[in-house]
Amino acid sequence: MDLYEHQARQLFAEHGIAVPQAEVIDSAAEAKAAAGRLGGRVVVKAQVKTGGRGKAGGVKLAADPAAAALTTRQILGMDIKGHRVRTVMLAQPVDIEEEFYVSYVLDRTNGTFLAIASAEGGMEIEEVAATRPEAVARIPVDPVEGVTEKKAAEIAAAAALPPDAAPVLHRLWQVLTREDALLVEVNPLVRTTDGRILALDGKVTLDDNARFRQSRWGAESDDPHGNPLESAAAAKGLNYVKLDGEVGIIGNGAGLVMSTLDVVAGCGARPANFLDIGGGASAAVMADGLSVILSDPAVKSVFVNVFGGITSCDAVADGIVQALQSVRLTKPLVVRLDGNNAARGRAILDAHAHPLVEQSTTMDGAARRAAQLAAAA
Amino acid sequence: MAIYLTKESKVLVQGMTGAEGMKHTRRMLAAGTRIVGGVNPRKAGRSVDIDGAGIPVFGSVREGMDATGADVTVVFVPPPFAKTAVIEAVDAGIAVAVVITEGIPVHDAVAFHAHARSRGTRIIGPNCPGVITPGQSNAGIIPADIAPGPGRIGLVSKSGTLTYQLMHELRDIGFTSAVGIGGDPVIGTTHIDCLTAFENDPDTELIVLIGEIGGDAEERAAAHIAQHITKPVIGYIAGFTAPEGKTMGHAGAIVSGSSGTAEAKQKALEAAGVAVGATPTETARLVREKLGEHSNPSGTSSPSGTSSPSGTSSPSDTSVPSGTSNPSGA
Repeated sequence: MDLYEHQARQLFAEHGIAVPQAEVIDSAAEAKAAAGRLGGRVVVKAQVKTGGRGKAGGVKLAADPAAAALTTRQILGMDIKGHRVRTVMLAQPVDIEEEFYVSYVLDRTNGTFLAIASAEGGMEIEEVAATRPEAVARIPVDPVEGVTEKKAAEIAAAAALPPDAAPVLHRLWQVLTREDALLVEVNPLVRTTDGRILALDGKVTLDDNARFRQSRWGAESDDPHGNPLESAAAAKGLNYVKLDGEVGIIGNGAGLVMSTLDVVAGCGARPANFLDIGGGASAAVMADGLSVILSDPAVKSVFVNVFGGITSCDAVADGIVQALQSVRLTKPLVVRLDGNNAARGRAILDAHAHPLVEQSTTMDGAARRAAQLAAAA
Repeated sequence: MAIYLTKESKVLVQGMTGAEGMKHTRRMLAAGTRIVGGVNPRKAGRSVDIDGAGIPVFGSVREGMDATGADVTVVFVPPPFAKTAVIEAVDAGIAVAVVITEGIPVHDAVAFHAHARSRGTRIIGPNCPGVITPGQSNAGIIPADIAPGPGRIGLVSKSGTLTYQLMHELRDIGFTSAVGIGGDPVIGTTHIDCLTAFENDPDTELIVLIGEIGGDAEERAAAHIAQHITKPVIGYIAGFTAPEGKTMGHAGAIVSGSSGTAEAKQKALEAAGVAVGATPTETARLVREKLGEHSNPSGTSSPSGTSSPSGTSSPSDTSVPSGTSNPSGA
C-alpha cells in the first residue's frame, strides 16, 4: 500500500528526519488560516497516490493566505491521472541550495534491500540513471546488519552526498524496517540556503502482509476514491482488480486467474476484471464474486474457470448452484471445471440446467465461448 | 530420481496440529511421504493419530531431527510466527524447509532467507504449494492424485494452480518432480536452482518453466538456460493483460513501470530457445511435441492456435522505483 505524501512526511518526522512545516486540509475554507499559521507564503500540494503532480498543475506556490485559498480551491477536486484530489498539503516554501535523492528499495533478486542515492535529486531518478548512471549509487544492504551509522556514511560518500546527509540515510532505514515498508524514497532531499537538510517530498510503500502488526495504517489509508467495484469487492474480502473489458472472470489461484485473463484476451475479447476466489471456492465466496461482477455494467459475459486441486469440482459446482439461488444471473455464464471430481461437478451443473449457464470442458474452449457471448451481447 | 525430495526424505511438519497442518499432513501421508513428526512446543511429547498412524509431536525442530533424522520440514505456521519457525529450522540444520504459509511480511522473509543462506538450508517458498516427487513423496499441498505416477518431466512454477493445471494436462507422461517456488517477491529456491537440479537429474528429460509478471526471475532464468541448460525447456508466462502497478493476487505479481512485464519474460525465454505456450493447454502440447508424445489423456481436442497476447515491451533492467513527482517546494 502506498502512503500519501503527507503520511510519508509524518513518518519521516517521527523518525527524526527534518521536514518543512506543513498542514493537511480538505477544504478551501481552511486554507487561509492554515497558510497564515505557516507564515503566509505556502506551497499547495495535491495529495494523490500518483506521480506527475507538478506537471498536472497539482503543486503551486501561493504568495499569501488569500492566494492559498484560491489555489486550494483550484486544486481540490482536480483529476490527476484518474485520481481525484480530496486533500491538499500546505507547506512552508524553502530556499534550496542543493537537491539529492535517497531511497531504499526491495531487491527481489538478491533478497535484500538496496540503497539508491544520488547528488542529482529533484528529477526522476530513472532519468538520471538512464542518462548518467555514474551519478546514481546503488549499494546493497546486508539485511542482518542493516544501515548502521557507518554504513550510512558509506552510502553518502558513494553518492557524493554531503556528510550531513548521512544521518538521514540512517533514519530512513529505521522508517523502512520499523514501519514494514517495501520502499522509502526522499526526492528531493535538499540542503537549504541556510544549511538545513530537509526531506521535501517522499514516497513510502508499506507491506500489506505486515498489517497484522502495523495497525495504525488501517483501511482508511487506502485510496478511498478508487474504483467503486474494487471497494465493494474489498469490503467482501475478495481479491479483485477492475480491468477495462467485457468478460467477467472468476477463477481459483492467482496464476490460473492471470492466465485466464490472457487466454480470454487471446480470443479477441477483453477481461473485465481479475478475481481469485482461492482454493476453497465456497458457495458464499462464489455468490459474493458473482454479485460484484454482475454489478459491473461493462460485463457482457462471465467465465468461471476452476481447476479442482485440493477442492473437488462437485463442491465448486454445488457452490455455483447455491450462489445462483441468491444472485440473479443477468449475463451468460460459461463454466469450466477440470481436475478433482470434474465429471461429478459437470453433472451437477447439467442437472441444474440454468438457461444462462453453459459448460466447456477446456479452458481455451470456455474462453472462446465467453468471448463469443460477450461479442454477441 | 527426483529433485529435493525422494521416498527416503524424512519430513517434519511445523504447524501440524493446526487445521491446515492436519489436513495436509493426512494428504502427505496418503501420498507416501515419510512424515516422522510434527513440531509444536505446547504439545511436545504427545502423539497425533492420523488415519491410524501415530505421529509424534516434538517440542522443537532440533528435537525432532535428533529423534528421527528428519531432513525436510514443511512449515504451515501462521504469518506472525513464521519467521521464528523458519529460523528455528535453519538453526537446527535442516536441509530443506518448505514454507507453505502465505502472507509473511517481506522483512521477515528477507531475514530468514539471509539466515538460511548463511547456514546452507534450502528454503522453498514462502507462499508456495511445495514440492512433489510423484510416486515417492509430497512435501506441501500439491494434490498428489493429479499426476500420481513417476514420469519424465521436471516442473518449476511460481503458481500453484498453474502447476496443477499443467500436471493434469501432462499426467500421462508424468513428472520427476514438480516444485512450486512461490509467488512472493522474495523467495528461497529460484527457477534457476530448479533448472540446475533438473539438468543434473538423469530421469528428467524436459523441463517446464512457469512464470508470471513481477521481478526479473524469468529473464535471469532465460540467461541461465542459454548458458547452462542442455535439456529442452518449455515455458509459460501468465499476466500479459495485467495493468501496471496492480498486484495480481500474488504479492510478487506486479508490473512496476516497464519492469516485470510478461512480454519481456516471454521475449527473454524465446531468445534463449525456449518455446513459450500462449495458453496452458498449448504449453502442454509443446511439451508433447518435444517429447514425441501425442496421446492426450483427457481426449480433448487440441486448442486452436490462439495467438499470444503481444505488445511491445521495453524491459528495463533498472529496478529503481518510479520517482515521485518533483515539486521543488520553492
